[in-house]
Amino acid sequence: MTKTTVTRRGVLKSGATAGAGLALPTIFTASSAAAYMNEPTGGTVTLGFNVPQTGPYADEGADELRAYELAVEHLNGGGDGGMMNTFSSKALQGNGILGKKVQFVTGDTQTKSDAARASAKSMIEKDGAIMITGGSSSGVAIAVQGLCQEAGVIFMAGLTHSNDTTGKDKKANGFRHFFNAYMSGAALAPVLAAQYGTDRKAYHLTADYTWGWTQEESIKAATEALGWQTVNTVKTPLAATDFSSYIAPVLNSGADVLILNHYGGNMVNSLTNAVQFGLRDKMVNGKHFEIVVPLYSRLMAKGAGENVKGILGSTNWHWSLQDDASKAFVKSFGTKYGFPPSQAAHTVYCQTLLYADACERAGTFNPCGVAQALEGFEFDGLGNGKTLYRAADHQCFKDVLVVRGKENPTSEFDLLEVVEVTPAGQVTYPPDHPMFSGGMLGTCNAGA
Amino acid sequence: MLGLDKKDTTLLIIVALLTLGAPFILNPFPADSAMAQFNAGYPDLMQRFVIFGIFAIGFNILFGLTGYLSFGHAAFLGVGSYSAVWIFKLFTYNVLPAVALSVVVAGLFSLLMGFVSLRRSGIYFSILTLAFAQMSFALAYSVLSNPRFNLTNGETGLQVYADDPQLFHSDRLPDLPHLFGLSMRATYRLDLGGWSFDFNAGYYLCAVVLMAVFYLAIRIFRSPFGMMLRAVKSNQQRMNYTGLNTRPYTLAAFVISGMYAGLAGGLMAAMDPLAGAERMQWTASGEVVLMTILGGTGTLIGPVLGAGFIKYFENIFSKINDNVLHGWFGFLPDGLEDAMVFLVHPFIGKGWHLTLGILFMLVVIFLPGGLVEGGQRLGRWIRRRRGGKDGEAQRKTEPAE
Amino acid sequence: MDAFLLQILNGLDKGSAYALIALGLTLIFGTLGVVNFAHGALFMIGAFCAVTLQRLFTLSFETIDPTRTDFLGNPMKVKTPYIESWFGPDIGAAIIDWSVPLAVLFSIPIMLGIGYAMERGLIKHFYKRPHADQILVTFGLAIVLQEVVKYFFGANPIQTPAPAALRGSVDLGQMIGFQANAIIYPIWRLVYFFFAAGVIAAVFAFLQFTTFGMVVRAGMADRETVGLLGINIDRRFTIMFGIAAAVAGLAGVMYGPLNPPNYHMGMDFLVLSFVVVVVGGMGSLPGAVLAGFLLGVLESFASTTWATTTIPGINQIIIYLVAIIILLTRPRGLMGRKGVMED
Repeated sequence: MTKTTVTRRGVLKSGATAGAGLALPTIFTASSAAAYMNEPTGGTVTLGFNVPQTGPYADEGADELRAYELAVEHLNGGGDGGMMNTFSSKALQGNGILGKKVQFVTGDTQTKSDAARASAKSMIEKDGAIMITGGSSSGVAIAVQGLCQEAGVIFMAGLTHSNDTTGKDKKANGFRHFFNAYMSGAALAPVLAAQYGTDRKAYHLTADYTWGWTQEESIKAATEALGWQTVNTVKTPLAATDFSSYIAPVLNSGADVLILNHYGGNMVNSLTNAVQFGLRDKMVNGKHFEIVVPLYSRLMAKGAGENVKGILGSTNWHWSLQDDASKAFVKSFGTKYGFPPSQAAHTVYCQTLLYADACERAGTFNPCGVAQALEGFEFDGLGNGKTLYRAADHQCFKDVLVVRGKENPTSEFDLLEVVEVTPAGQVTYPPDHPMFSGGMLGTCNAGA
Repeated sequence: MLGLDKKDTTLLIIVALLTLGAPFILNPFPADSAMAQFNAGYPDLMQRFVIFGIFAIGFNILFGLTGYLSFGHAAFLGVGSYSAVWIFKLFTYNVLPAVALSVVVAGLFSLLMGFVSLRRSGIYFSILTLAFAQMSFALAYSVLSNPRFNLTNGETGLQVYADDPQLFHSDRLPDLPHLFGLSMRATYRLDLGGWSFDFNAGYYLCAVVLMAVFYLAIRIFRSPFGMMLRAVKSNQQRMNYTGLNTRPYTLAAFVISGMYAGLAGGLMAAMDPLAGAERMQWTASGEVVLMTILGGTGTLIGPVLGAGFIKYFENIFSKINDNVLHGWFGFLPDGLEDAMVFLVHPFIGKGWHLTLGILFMLVVIFLPGGLVEGGQRLGRWIRRRRGGKDGEAQRKTEPAE
Repeated sequence: MDAFLLQILNGLDKGSAYALIALGLTLIFGTLGVVNFAHGALFMIGAFCAVTLQRLFTLSFETIDPTRTDFLGNPMKVKTPYIESWFGPDIGAAIIDWSVPLAVLFSIPIMLGIGYAMERGLIKHFYKRPHADQILVTFGLAIVLQEVVKYFFGANPIQTPAPAALRGSVDLGQMIGFQANAIIYPIWRLVYFFFAAGVIAAVFAFLQFTTFGMVVRAGMADRETVGLLGINIDRRFTIMFGIAAAVAGLAGVMYGPLNPPNYHMGMDFLVLSFVVVVVGGMGSLPGAVLAGFLLGVLESFASTTWATTTIPGINQIIIYLVAIIILLTRPRGLMGRKGVMED
């Protein structure tokens, strides 16, 4: 039997469980009176914060959770309001969302797709969460995004950098504020060319899973476009803890730049190993050997300690930015917790505000209404300058920061310095760019 | 009944009542009360209880009866999940063919792995199974998900895309795994006063399967085949000296438990159509070992209890946060409230691993036979208490045991 | 050729860590017959001994520097370690710089104590219990230890750098007549290898040449007979448990500068070290060491570009593949004894 995707999507539109309803008496559909999944009926609305609380990304998850709590406090009118005051949209009143007090539930993704989905499902099924957000890796983000699409709630992605999240695996109910690997490449390449010249030979070490591959692809394309050659690309197992056998051959390969497509513990160890092997003290091809870490995070930079000094990379946001919004956010986060927020904290805070604002503007919690309000939404005042939530793939387009490990940090948080703010225009790509092709957004699903 | 003696029939009936009544039993607290945090009666967790129960029952047929400790059973679960999702992708969302294929594929895979691994015994066997499973995991995570030959979709997990062929899918059917049109996510919510109970189609499918495989496990335990496996555990050498080749028996047990694992994997995919590679990692294999030991190795009901215990902590304790704590202790004076929150804080939310670790130790130290022994002790204690009050009745019933 | 030598060095280095952990595990198997799933956690605790000592050395008092501001715009609090104010900035900084080597001394009594307490407090009660129970209780202990460390130190890796003098790399190739940059190797990795070799030699010498060691070896071979001779073998085995813990701890302390320690590093090594022990053969100390180095070297070679292009993914599965091949060709691993942990 053949079928066309369009009609299949038509079924999806009316809701997965409604599809079941056709074959069954209506008692089998979830709360059939509701217009959409988990419609809040009382005086409160529940958001689901799904972050890694155990495993290697637990600290990043803890920072996200702090930002979420701060965002909820601000939405409910507590604290100093943070970026709500600088946000260009003024729909939020500080009285919750649509007059309903914001509550939240938390869960542990364990940085495993299975556990993350289980946790998200429990929030949707048990706690009646209307929106799920969070995560600290792309595998988890994509898995949970798929679940939210099926279940009919909105997913506001946390830290996820893979092109696939808004590329091959994009979903109508999923939205990403964080930047992606393509943008890292596009922002980083011109700076690399300016700093290290256009005649360079690069050696890639890449974490052997989806995110690593998309980043390698992106950086490779961006640097080769500027005249660099790629000597070798080597995949390293995710479980690897020691990279000596991957680093050792680099120096004899003829390469004069090492690009580490690693994140988290992998990045800390590979960078530590690379510095240990003295790569940064060497001259190759008559040039000073350089190391690049395309995706930086301050928490990871802290783990890598002294080794990050002078190393270039990109980041979504950094607390040392001097615009009003960033300053307001750092102030309210720092006052509450005693240290500056990480980029993960920033992106999830923004996502929460953006979601709440979209609900206000749409006048409903209905995922389809919210999605419509977010699509094509242009805003400012959240720390990244002018930003667009593109309708075609639900990706935010904004300036990207190119940063460098600071040579003389003045405090334990002062690890990165901003080298350049690459304007959004330079990192924008068409929605049908080959690196993002293959997926379909589909239509929004409101559940019940 | 059904070829079981009285004791086993009672056990089967208890299991049936527990699984069928789970939506009530697991939701003892009104939905709006502070204790609702401890309710476990929502579809996803109930499904997990039952699925991991099936997994552990199967594992126990190998480990509990023969004493062969496999550290690689998660591989069969993973293979089962992948097969099911491939059926969803290529042919139909109907769960029957998917689950059937999971069992078959896991059976074949375990036949291969068992044939090689069972050449050794003891810890050498454990490490062989571990090695096979870790290889499967590593391959599934990266090598088998390269763009040219994407069998597993790696880190993200295998899932169904809108442009997959799905040859036998039609528009009338739900766009989710279903049983002849009955979506696995279909849920009827019954509100009774402050309580609400979820009756989920997927859960009841799993529950029926659980009862069937539990019955099968009882029959295996009580059969001559089961006797033979126990004999292998107590002294394999002596068996070999009598001229009996035990390998076919242990291999059969290995394959049966592998098929149970595949069944569990298939059901997991049927409840939630995504198969992640982490399902095959050694930690997942270790988890089923822990479930079995925790519940009571070699007992029929133990593994199910152990599975429930671990999944409960994973899903319920990890969701308790400081806000919830403040809610609970809100009735206390401020200082005391903060002190209580401070004391409990390390054990909940991100500290759920700690709680689980401590409980592992406590159970194994004080209840050498696992949770089942705990239950037995409790039963004896209650009987003794009652015996004290009504000694004569106790003495009278004694011979009947 | 140079690439070959480099990978040999890398392999020996990885192998050192595997061998040290496996050595301790085997000591525990061999003496007490206990499957210790908490052994990885002991390795991790060793590494965190170095972190703790570093933290102790850098315990600071705060002075307010009004000329500078912190990230919130308040006057900056400047931290000065007590140690620098006591001994002067130069000596103080030098002590902090050498915290990892100093942690070796610091960790030995701590690890012996932890090992002793673990054996007396917990493991002792599990000698007569099935291996499955031992696995469950030690696994539970491993989780608890790891979560306690996470509670105090967080989940992120923490840098424990080697002393500045030992931080760089040396051009070994030039010393033996290769061209420059052919074989560059980090100093601390060489230190780690020789340190591991020293510890292994010390353990073997202790067992081989002391009366204590002789009794322990006799006890390993036939515990009952040694007990019948009126020797308190239990007490000696307890001490051996302490020593095994100390070996794991030392492996951890020195590992810190190679890769920054984090709370789950023990789990990363746990499975691998069991594979090493079993490949070496249950109950055989030389087997454990041999297997450790063998698997380390093979792992290094498998991760060369040549190997991964020939067989994709070989670097991910090599250890397990080798384990399967060895266990199928040699029933009790490389040097295992008959009847140990075979049922």
